[in-house]
Amino acid sequence: MLNVSIYRYNPEVDSEPYMQDFEVDTQGKDIMVLDVLEKLKADDPTLVFRRSCREGVCGSDGMNISGKNGLACVTPLSEAVVKNKLVIRPLPGLPVIRDLVIDMSQFYAQYEKIQPYMINNSPAPAIERLQSPEERAKLDGLYECILCACCSTACPSFWWNPDKFIGPSGLLQAYRFLADSRDTATEERLANLDDPFSVFRCHGIMNCVQVCPKGLNPTKAIGHIRNMLINSAT
Amino acid sequence: MVTTVTSLGRSGLSDWMIQRISAWVMTAYLVFIIGYFFANPDLDYAQWAELNSSLPMRMFSLVTILSIAAHAWIGIWCVLTDYITVRLIGPKATAIRIIFQLGMIAVTSLYVVWAIDILWGI
Repeated sequence: MLNVSIYRYNPEVDSEPYMQDFEVDTQGKDIMVLDVLEKLKADDPTLVFRRSCREGVCGSDGMNISGKNGLACVTPLSEAVVKNKLVIRPLPGLPVIRDLVIDMSQFYAQYEKIQPYMINNSPAPAIERLQSPEERAKLDGLYECILCACCSTACPSFWWNPDKFIGPSGLLQAYRFLADSRDTATEERLANLDDPFSVFRCHGIMNCVQVCPKGLNPTKAIGHIRNMLINSAT
Repeated sequence: MVTTVTSLGRSGLSDWMIQRISAWVMTAYLVFIIGYFFANPDLDYAQWAELNSSLPMRMFSLVTILSIAAHAWIGIWCVLTDYITVRLIGPKATAIRIIFQLGMIAVTSLYVVWAIDILWGI
């Protein structure tokens, strides 16, 4: 039997959060953490967590699994269980709504700040705005972000200043549009980032890189943004 | 864009660049001083005073002191804006943070003036 410890908090009933212990029979299989949660929810329907696609695409089930942020649906027990124990908590740093569900408003507010859409006011061509294969290749490693918030909620700078520091996820997306040859708002985007918080509160500790379930590298993207700022301002 | 009025350079890029350059200056000074001690094992006061009263050494020392001041300003400002915030310690945080920031700026500035007085008083 696998010992599972889960963070529980229902603000309508509980005065404070607590850890609840369960035992789950995994029949020795290396199933995913989400499967364990589904088994537990079948017995205890009051357990609340987000999930949707169950294959690492939607980004709904980001949570802190045995101390490391990740997606429950693509994290096998073999990577998460330590001494036959699995500890599951909500993503850190954002307010908890209930059990493993967090309020992601602050995370999305930062995403909105970086204007996550193409800006190009020139008349649209008859068919589409073309890119060379080389220009398109610059978006690889950037467009794959699924906004699961595993990276930003693993970042101490985001914990302390979630209202001012864009966070690794937002900055990866910011660079995705800065690097896009079809976007014409590069100077405007850079001007919006040149303050001591938005980009520069990143101290390069790379927690974001360590936890990204898609294997992306926000720290590298932040380095590219910094270089673009240097190119533009010196 | 987040507005700041107590950061050293007002701009994130400016603070970042000052932080890097000042780190190199401090490293160079440290390497020089340690190297000088190793190269002069029988160093006496007269030789030490002569070194520090030469104009190039005074300039090097002053640039290093300015680098320490700038580096400290940026670094401590970062720490204060990380931990003394309304989010972490409540509504009084802004007043406390401003007091700490102004105190840090005052102490840093006084150290610079004091260091100039020492350097040119040798």
